[in-house]
Amino acid sequence: MHELSIVANLFEILNQKAKEKKAKRILSVTLQVGRLSGVVPELLRSSFDIYKQDTLAHNADLVIQEVPFKVRCLACGTEMTKEDFIMVCDRCRSTELEILQGTELFLLKMDVEA
Amino acid sequence: MSRKEVLVLRDLLGSNKAVAAEIRQQLSARGILVLNLISSPGSGKTTLLEKLSEMLCPEYSMAVIEGDIETERDAERIRAKGIPAWQIMTGGACHLEARMIGRLAPEIPSGLDFLFIENVGNLVCPASFDLGESLRCVLLSTPEGDDKPKKYPKVFSTSDCLLITKTDLVPPLPFDQERARKEALDINPRLMTFAVSAASGSGMKEFVDYLVSRLHSLRRSHA
Repeated sequence: MHELSIVANLFEILNQKAKEKKAKRILSVTLQVGRLSGVVPELLRSSFDIYKQDTLAHNADLVIQEVPFKVRCLACGTEMTKEDFIMVCDRCRSTELEILQGTELFLLKMDVEA
Repeated sequence: MSRKEVLVLRDLLGSNKAVAAEIRQQLSARGILVLNLISSPGSGKTTLLEKLSEMLCPEYSMAVIEGDIETERDAERIRAKGIPAWQIMTGGACHLEARMIGRLAPEIPSGLDFLFIENVGNLVCPASFDLGESLRCVLLSTPEGDDKPKKYPKVFSTSDCLLITKTDLVPPLPFDQERARKEALDINPRLMTFAVSAASGSGMKEFVDYLVSRLHSLRRSHA
């Protein structure tokens, strides 16, 4: 359940940004969560709901954009989505694959009331 | 009211990664090879460290940071071997974070060769937190079963080496070493894999040789 500590960090960034922008309220928060980020969106949501009490985000929606795990084969150049995380090229069976996306855990944006 | 969109684009693990990068830079520059050991509870991390202390020392020096939710037991076991050990009690937290290691960094003695960080027993949460290690090792013990890599892809994907531990228990356990290795290599073809038994010593020399060669290459790159 490391999602709690990640959400604690999220709120540090949100508070700082809200202050910078002189926001009165945070209306929504959008995260990008890779399939191989190691966090569970559902647990991020429940952690977010715990943390948002008594903050500028107390009524905020959490929007989670799930990012598929995509790789590129360094041998034949094929790009593919891997549901099973198996690092073998679908086309030429090479194991020399480069991860393009799917490990990220980003705060993309927030909507605020200015 | 006016609704305004604020683009942020910040990595939620960014602050941990920044602290970890600083630890890695500092300890590598001091010639210390830092290892982060990750596994489920009871897969033999502390026993492995006890055995490593017998094999590495006194030719090489080592120290251990122990992460546990409660108790000083693991650190006491390591100290009983004459090895400096610090216990981090997380008080409930399921993983170590870089700043917990950062707080101890000033106490790490100079001239040390290996610093082992034994993470909290958990195959899930520790995988997301860089501790500033040079090498991440995931342990999979034979009683846990050979089907774990695909069930816990993150930790196998982010590790540098896999240690299959407690190989002395096969048989009678129905653990297929080749299957475990293949599952792990499917997720991460760059994994170095070892099969060891700290109890019988089997396979330990290969792992020790690997650690020593990694120590030398770290020192060459910082010479």
